[in-house]
Amino acid sequence: MSGGSRIRVASHIAALPPSGIRRFFDLVSGMEDVVSLGVGEPDFSTPWRISDAAIEALQRGYTSYTSNLGMLPLRSAIADYLRTEFGVEYNPETEILVTNGVSEGLDLAARALLEPGDEVLVAEPCYVSYKATVSLAGGVPVVVETRAEEEFRLRPEALEAALTDRTRAVLLGYPNNPTGAIMTREDLLPVAEFAARHGLAVLSDEIYAHLRYEGQHTCFASLPGMRGQTLLFNGFSKAYAMTGWRLGYVCGPEEIIGAMNRIHSYTALCASILAQFGAIEALHHCQHERDEMIDAYNQRRRFLVNGLRAIGLECFEPLGAFYAFPSIKSTGLDDEEFAEALLEEEKVAVIPGRAFGESGKGHVRCCYATSMSDLRTALERMAAFLDRLPRQV
Amino acid sequence: MMEKVLRILEEDCRVPIDEIAQRLGITEDEVNKLIAEAEESGAILGYGAIVNWAKVRPDRVYAFISISAHPEHNIGFDEVARRIARFPEVHSLYLVSGTHDLTVVVEADDFREIASFVAERLAPIQGVQSTATSFVLKGYKLEGRMIDSGDGPQRLAVSP
Repeated sequence: MSGGSRIRVASHIAALPPSGIRRFFDLVSGMEDVVSLGVGEPDFSTPWRISDAAIEALQRGYTSYTSNLGMLPLRSAIADYLRTEFGVEYNPETEILVTNGVSEGLDLAARALLEPGDEVLVAEPCYVSYKATVSLAGGVPVVVETRAEEEFRLRPEALEAALTDRTRAVLLGYPNNPTGAIMTREDLLPVAEFAARHGLAVLSDEIYAHLRYEGQHTCFASLPGMRGQTLLFNGFSKAYAMTGWRLGYVCGPEEIIGAMNRIHSYTALCASILAQFGAIEALHHCQHERDEMIDAYNQRRRFLVNGLRAIGLECFEPLGAFYAFPSIKSTGLDDEEFAEALLEEEKVAVIPGRAFGESGKGHVRCCYATSMSDLRTALERMAAFLDRLPRQV
Repeated sequence: MMEKVLRILEEDCRVPIDEIAQRLGITEDEVNKLIAEAEESGAILGYGAIVNWAKVRPDRVYAFISISAHPEHNIGFDEVARRIARFPEVHSLYLVSGTHDLTVVVEADDFREIASFVAERLAPIQGVQSTATSFVLKGYKLEGRMIDSGDGPQRLAVSP
């Protein structure tokens, strides 16, 4: 009965592809003096009064577990915030679950909703975890491409075309990472009608809800009939510069939140109590700091988009998140060649669009949550890089 | 819009006009006009670097002097405040609420210079009742900038 080791990585994990940005991360890691537009987080530190509230909680001895759902004062603050800002009502007792970032929330949702082989329509280009999260839960991600010509907005015809008997849910994230695209209420309505017609759950990742530079964000759950079919994901990472705190939340029908909380209670137990104290402070007292940061992003957004266009790259107007997603097709390079050459020759890091799905190819993601001086340097270096390329006919 | 232009200049007064225009989505002419207006109205008092002199002249001395003064009929503290403000040693001066009336920030080459300024210039001024001098031992923040707080944390160069 003896023999070799029985320890092995499970085959479905071994087969899981690494995130598309992993290879690029390794390339950048060994280099010095890189100006990076390759990040996916704010360059601001968390507003000090949020950090101070967490320090205060620590000093007063708040170091325990909390309710699985998260502290009730935090859930109540989230409910108030969602009602005031987006006009959606959730019962803080039963319909809100505080998670370790949106990433955990999506994982819980996929595991709570999907049977093996169930399909999820994933709007692409998208955040790198979406498809993996669905696969890990035994589901099948079905890509629904969005296109640059349509400013990367999700169209119901594309959803219809991808629908099968196994389709259970739609997963979308607007304002969008990596494209910076938004969906207006008018854009969302047909998606809601599609979901209603086919009885699908809608997993709406609205982590960038506040980072809108024109018009108001529409919460998917606020659309007619959608509250009962939507899982709304949001968190503190982007709007309050709290990425490292790992704090998000998901809101939805009691039955589904309850199921998700059952998984969460076994696998995570609860989110960090210190992060929860910070988040309460954020919701109660930090609108001003939040809005100042958003105003700074907006200034940088205009500057970067103008700059990219001025050096000859086609770039649609990104109205949300903190990314520009210019096309680099005019250079004759593909997005990976472009990003690698730009990094090697000019030490500017941008992320190839393909890292976010095939429909991102031909584009690169440039993050403008970056200091003005870095944005200036990056644009100068990119201009020099483009000047050296043989001109395309 | 004026406030936004001023905020940008307050942060870095060397930002080129075309960049301000791009960041705010207005024309360069509009930016120039707003700046001219602010200069005209005195909203912009000048353009200077924020110098942490402790780096260059560690021996240089700063002091906060709290002054109790007699207000004068009709003009309050203005007369005595302006008289004090004219001394070149005076870096800034405020009328404040609380236990005293005026707070004066004074800079000088050494302690003795400040001592003699207080004794020979400030104290004898008509209307000045009493002074209390606090010498600055160490600065931690200047004009909204942290001093010597060390390198901030580094973000990962690439993240999703």
